[in-house]
Amino acid sequence: MTPAISVQGLKKTYADGYQALDDITLDVQRGEIFALLGPNGAGKTTLISMICGIVKIDTGSVKVFGHDNVHDYRQARSYIGLVPQELTTDAFETVWKTVSFSRELFGKSSNPAYIEELLKKLSLWDKKDAQIRTLSGGMKRRVMIAKALSHEPEILFLDEPTAGVDVELRKSMWAQVRQLREMGVTIILTTHYIEEAEEMADRIGVINKGQLIVTEEKKVLMKKLGKKQLIVHLHHPLSVVPESLSAFELGLSKDGQCLVFTYDPAIQNNGVLDFMDALKSNAIGCHDIETHQSSLEDIFVQLIGES
Amino acid sequence: MNYHGILAIYKFEMSRAFRTIGQSIASPVISTVLYFIVFGAAIGSRIEDIDGVSYGAFIVPGLIMLTVLGQSISNASFGIYFPRFTGTIYEILSAPISFFEVAIGYVGAAATKSLVVGIIVLMTAGFFVPLEIQHPVWMAFFLVMTCITFSLLGFIVGIWADGFEKLQLIPLLIITPLTFLGGSFYSIHMLPDFWQKISLLNPVVYLISGFRWSFYESSDVSLGVSVTMILVFLGICMALVAWIFKTGYRLKN
Repeated sequence: MTPAISVQGLKKTYADGYQALDDITLDVQRGEIFALLGPNGAGKTTLISMICGIVKIDTGSVKVFGHDNVHDYRQARSYIGLVPQELTTDAFETVWKTVSFSRELFGKSSNPAYIEELLKKLSLWDKKDAQIRTLSGGMKRRVMIAKALSHEPEILFLDEPTAGVDVELRKSMWAQVRQLREMGVTIILTTHYIEEAEEMADRIGVINKGQLIVTEEKKVLMKKLGKKQLIVHLHHPLSVVPESLSAFELGLSKDGQCLVFTYDPAIQNNGVLDFMDALKSNAIGCHDIETHQSSLEDIFVQLIGES
Repeated sequence: MNYHGILAIYKFEMSRAFRTIGQSIASPVISTVLYFIVFGAAIGSRIEDIDGVSYGAFIVPGLIMLTVLGQSISNASFGIYFPRFTGTIYEILSAPISFFEVAIGYVGAAATKSLVVGIIVLMTAGFFVPLEIQHPVWMAFFLVMTCITFSLLGFIVGIWADGFEKLQLIPLLIITPLTFLGGSFYSIHMLPDFWQKISLLNPVVYLISGFRWSFYESSDVSLGVSVTMILVFLGICMALVAWIFKTGYRLKN
């Protein structure tokens, strides 16, 4: 099946010599939520801007449902809706007019019924005649989403969609994104909130210094690079890890109250039982045991550190 | 062709004008009234007829051109510069619309607005001096062509400018002096021979001359030369816009 987005060998160097992207190759499949993670200046927005036609491509190609975004730009761009990072809106326009403008700009005839439905879904209906400058930041963000969805795109780019948005609105946006995915919309989002990617993404791409370090299904990535820890709360604190336990990958908490055993849950004989036996045979008593799975954030920090 | 897109830009720009309709119309009308009070009634009554036309009536075509040139450039330059300034240009750049269609939307709206203002100035002038338009078709031709050509120039200025100061630079430092020195308020035949020749280097002379001919059949240069010059100027502006679109100058990184 033709991917929704196919990026091949994309490179970008700005006029001041800064290389924003270095040989990016990436496919995004139809109907998936793809999260692009990376630190500030990693190249996330440049990549999105190049796919959407805002920034010129130096080398490489971008295809949207098989249509080249330079030579067949009309078809390619018609599939895409973009919610940019900045809240760039026409302050003096009303919500209704600005959303209707976006739809027609993308070559669609006006459809008041659809715009009404869209504004209602995004809880903007009662503000339809309000000038955008009178809206709160969260509402402006929703207007941006409404503008991006106004022409019924099959692919939605969300560049830092929940930056500066309160927790309640963020969760409501997540619900809306999931709803869109259920409707078959392919979603590509960039975010600083790893929690957001962990919560929503099917697949993760990590970009750093213009290079795509990894693209992997979220579950596979967390299984591959994620670690699990068994934390044993001791009866009596230790000053060092006993020599008799040196066969295990152990750490000791600063206060000496906890022994931390790191293991791979995917392996059958991963040493958990042996470790528990060793504690018993060494007469190391404990009053509690807990496990901790490394988060996507831990994996992200590890990947960025390695790169 | 993305007709819906062109119309969306056109409607958007026109609605911006309607939001400030008082300012859009009142400002040129008041300026015209002031010009007529000063040059038509106060000073004009002491100036003899030029080519058999009273001075008050003589300056009407020049006044209309003065207003239309300024309005065309400021409307079009602001129209494209403002989305660049606020960042909303991202939507235009990511839409399935060609640069040519974008230009039609912005230039069409700017030209329409300045055409409307030009007609209002013409009607206002009718309250002060008896108007006669001997060649209304040619008058409409010059008016429309000037609106389109200078809106194109304004569009170029709006793309070139990287600050509000530059946006004002060309209209204030180049277009206004050229218009004042292009025969808005006098016939270049009234100048010494040397300055007449220098004036012929000013493209606005040809616009005002042709436009004035359509009113009174009196002109500084022949009609054919005026028509040729405005078409040449239009061609230059279109070539510049085509180059901007091809290279993405100041629009795309």
